[in-house]
Amino acid sequence: MTALNVDTPAVPKRQPPRLMLAEPIMTMRGISKSFGDVKALGGVDVTVYPGEVLGIVGESGSGKSTLLRMMNLEDTPDTGSYNLVLPGHQDRNLFDLDRFERRMLRAHHIGIVYQNPHLGLLMNHTSSGNVAERLLIAGNRNFAELRERARQSLAASEFPTERMDATPCELSGGMQQRVQLAKAIALEPAVLLLDEPTTGLDVSVQALVLDTLKRLQRDRAITMVLVSHDLGVIRTMADRVMVMRRGLVVEQGLADQIFQDPQHAYTQQLVHAEL
Amino acid sequence: MNIQVSTPKTSALVLRVDGLSKQFEMHHLKRTLFAFENIQFELGEGEFILLKGENGAGKSTLLRTLYRSYLPRAGHVFYHTREGIIDLASAADVDIAMLRRREIGFVTQFLNARPRVAAEEVVAEPLRQAGTPHAQALVEARRWLDAFGVKKQLWAAYPSTFSGGEQQKVNLARALILPQRLLLLDEPTASLDRDARRALVDRLTELKAAGVAMIGVFHHPEDVADLIDREIHLKAIRVEDGER
Repeated sequence: MTALNVDTPAVPKRQPPRLMLAEPIMTMRGISKSFGDVKALGGVDVTVYPGEVLGIVGESGSGKSTLLRMMNLEDTPDTGSYNLVLPGHQDRNLFDLDRFERRMLRAHHIGIVYQNPHLGLLMNHTSSGNVAERLLIAGNRNFAELRERARQSLAASEFPTERMDATPCELSGGMQQRVQLAKAIALEPAVLLLDEPTTGLDVSVQALVLDTLKRLQRDRAITMVLVSHDLGVIRTMADRVMVMRRGLVVEQGLADQIFQDPQHAYTQQLVHAEL
Repeated sequence: MNIQVSTPKTSALVLRVDGLSKQFEMHHLKRTLFAFENIQFELGEGEFILLKGENGAGKSTLLRTLYRSYLPRAGHVFYHTREGIIDLASAADVDIAMLRRREIGFVTQFLNARPRVAAEEVVAEPLRQAGTPHAQALVEARRWLDAFGVKKQLWAAYPSTFSGGEQQKVNLARALILPQRLLLLDEPTASLDRDARRALVDRLTELKAAGVAMIGVFHHPEDVADLIDREIHLKAIRVEDGER
């Protein structure tokens, strides 16, 4: 058998008729980014709807984490626009915000959990302190209230609150991810970004973290964007799936359609390679 | 294959399938697999269509295409929602997702339960998504688990550890706990014991009387003989040979 050519054009993007049963909470249009000669993103569109989990899957270097950093306003694309529907917020391209405005928007409306806890946590602060820091940035100054809200957020992330004064260095990988999650959801963000949140955890801990995420999504209807190269994680969590390759979206659809009836040669290769 | 079945206009239309075709492009084999072509039929409120045909005839593929787990190659699936008419063959993914939560159910013999979620929580989930308070959803879930013969001591256990038959009962309770407008039934009675089959038929009878439109494949069609309004016969697939 000859090698499969997966360098075929993306599955054509349809402009389907809409019943308008839901309006987007997040819209990104034409996001392009190059690092030197390397094109990380080549004009990506993303639409996210309230309460859903959008899974982004693709091999290493496909641009999925770069895209997530754009969503977290950590980076600015060469071209493209970004809008979040927030109460009382003007309809403007969020990439036009200055550094302070971005920080405030992130603190109030965007939560993120990184694969590497060192990126999301202050390792020499207590777990409750890490969560309280997010509340402090948002303007809360009452110590007792900060501590209580941090405790509540840790409990919602199924973190054993009797250990809330331990530093992340003293915790297991799964517990560190729960602290990141508690910090991310402390202010009930409009969207929760998850960058390979279970990669590197052992299988049983991974399942527990995914259960927590699923429960939070069900109970609080938190909108999530989940980046993972693990198809099992995406299959478990996502309502819709975007498949990325070399900075482009080659296919997107409902999760069951992507897994049961993938259209693009690369998606078929990816799905068939799942253990 | 060209199937045309007209619907007696005795009830409000729920589904009008027009020229629906499905093929699978298998890139790694450089083959195209034709599942069905130019299927046409209508389904009204409270109607029940039985899909018949030998193994591989495309019965389950048709159901999955109507549900949009499979993308059709051509044709239309005009679904009369509570908000208006939409072509399920080309509708936006988000609209399909919303309709699945509110109006369109798919009942299969396979349970896709997450690990470490109790059976009663699995069954209650559609109600919770629809806004029912947790405690009330659990009461209803337990009622349906009981109706399908799942033993009480299993309600708080994880279905991933259950036998195939018990998993299927959990799956049925979950799929049928919310009254839908359109139900797609893919061999829901396969591997069920007689009491559970009876409970399922009782529930389907209730739903049909309430106006739910149903189309399905049944391992034991005699179970639902009293419900069937019409039958559609599908013929075997053909494989297009040669490299593309």
